[in-house]
Amino acid sequence: MNSWLGPQEWQAVALSLKVAFWATCAALPPGIFMAHVLARWQFPGKQLLNGLVHLPLILPPVVTGYLLLMTFGTKGPLGAVLQQMGIVVAFRWSGAALAAGIMAFPLLVRAIRLSIEAVDPKLEQAAATLGASRLWVFATVTLPLILPGILAGAVVSFAKAMGEFGATITFVSNIPGQTQTLPLAVYAFLQVPGGEAAALRLVLISVAVAMGALVLSEVLARRIARKVAGA
Amino acid sequence: MSLSVALRHRLPGFDLDVSFDAPPGLTVLFGASGSGKTTVIEAVAGLLRPDEGRVTAGDHVLLDTAKGRHLPPNKRRLGCIFQEARLFPHLTVRQNLLYGRWFAPKSAAREDPGRVVEMLGIGHLLNRRPARLSGGEKQRVAIGRALLAAPDLILADEPLAALDEARKAEILPYFERLRDASPVPILYVSHSATEVARLATTVVALEAGKVVRQGTAAEVLGDPAFRPGSVRGVGAVLAAKVLAHHDDGLSELDANGARLLLPRVPQAPGQGLRVRIMGQEVTIALTRPENISALNVLPATVEEVIPGTGPGAVVALSTQAGRVLARVTKRSAAALKLAPGLSCYAIIKTVAVAPQDVGS
Repeated sequence: MNSWLGPQEWQAVALSLKVAFWATCAALPPGIFMAHVLARWQFPGKQLLNGLVHLPLILPPVVTGYLLLMTFGTKGPLGAVLQQMGIVVAFRWSGAALAAGIMAFPLLVRAIRLSIEAVDPKLEQAAATLGASRLWVFATVTLPLILPGILAGAVVSFAKAMGEFGATITFVSNIPGQTQTLPLAVYAFLQVPGGEAAALRLVLISVAVAMGALVLSEVLARRIARKVAGA
Repeated sequence: MSLSVALRHRLPGFDLDVSFDAPPGLTVLFGASGSGKTTVIEAVAGLLRPDEGRVTAGDHVLLDTAKGRHLPPNKRRLGCIFQEARLFPHLTVRQNLLYGRWFAPKSAAREDPGRVVEMLGIGHLLNRRPARLSGGEKQRVAIGRALLAAPDLILADEPLAALDEARKAEILPYFERLRDASPVPILYVSHSATEVARLATTVVALEAGKVVRQGTAAEVLGDPAFRPGSVRGVGAVLAAKVLAHHDDGLSELDANGARLLLPRVPQAPGQGLRVRIMGQEVTIALTRPENISALNVLPATVEEVIPGTGPGAVVALSTQAGRVLARVTKRSAAALKLAPGLSCYAIIKTVAVAPQDVGS
């Protein structure tokens, strides 16, 4: 494996997988919560919240990256607090995961929200009349029924996180071994003479990972959908 | 324990303003669609917050708007049976049945799952998922699920309305058993006079958001001024006991001393049952008729004649078997000079009593 991929390429692939994995994992709990809020709760300012969640999707990624830098940089309001606690995300892999997670968040929320809206609220009412509190209704009825949607959302998020470029390079720069994810490495190889071969290898890996994830999610989603539909 | 309901709520088109008590047994909340009965049951279940109201089950206060108390559905100790069974598709029948039990307080009086499964005849379904059940089977599981939640109160919202006639006939006996076995009040919403006649211990009739009649099934359905749905639904309920089953397919009943012959009923001799006699199947004669095919001829006295808006009239007859309602034309009523106090005979065609109108 290492003979086919150079150390820098290998590093970029491993880092990308790590960043995308943690970005997706960290985005899931707030993503599920936000999807539930947007799908089922009624409150003033819901449209504003909806817009805010979708902001990373419509803003230029560079702008999102810059906003992250202003907020989480060592001089930024949140970054300063985190630094006091000994946590630095700017120019670290964790920062790349944060950027990727924020960019993937709208896609995740959207997929899960759609699947929550597809759950018949009458089933949730039935569970409530049988004694289940809101939390238990969610855990025992809604959550199992939306598993296919969560899975689909997670795969899309993972793919988005793997491919994130603009916000990442703006927020955490392009440091090999630290923040140089796969797309950033492709970009770096294309900037130097003779880097095309390495870039092509990384492109092939990206395609393979994306396709693999897609197939896996289809298979799992179908299996879970069969199970929850009870057929 | 009994359920006490008082509600006021503004609905589009009319104001709901009802107040009634549901004693132990089965109380049918009866009315046409749009009469407000679903709003009542949703308010009792806690799925809707009424403008004003107070709902208590025994001394458990579920709702008291004057004191700002509004318990969420999960704190009301309910067992709900809906029109569509609403079984959880991702759980097996067994898991569905035990769902509510898991949330019930440990101190609650619990039904034995084995007994409930046996009563509903769903033992062979326990490992299946709801998608593989027929409509009738789903509704039986839903009844079991409600019962096993150890509820203080059972609510049923038109549980038979989505089923075809054959499935209705299949499920009705289970509600009769539920009514006779359940220690807690059952509030049952329906627009079917058949279900009222078969199931009701108490009837609360709603019209445009107001309670228009309240009483036992015999009282309410025996009221000649009461039109369940339409005048075609008029029919009094008689209580009777099976005397014998005859070889020619008939059953002989004793209704308060009067003999009635009916097509074979499922109950065993000695068992009690209620029979709904449809108003359009009762004929009135002034002299005892002879040489006719109808087998049931009861001496009667006219109590009341209520002319309808069309060509017909409803006549209330007092017989030994109980009150019987007859639908006749106004022309016949005039020709026979039907008036309160007149002695006559009520003729009931035996084959006219349909099986769905006979219940335990």
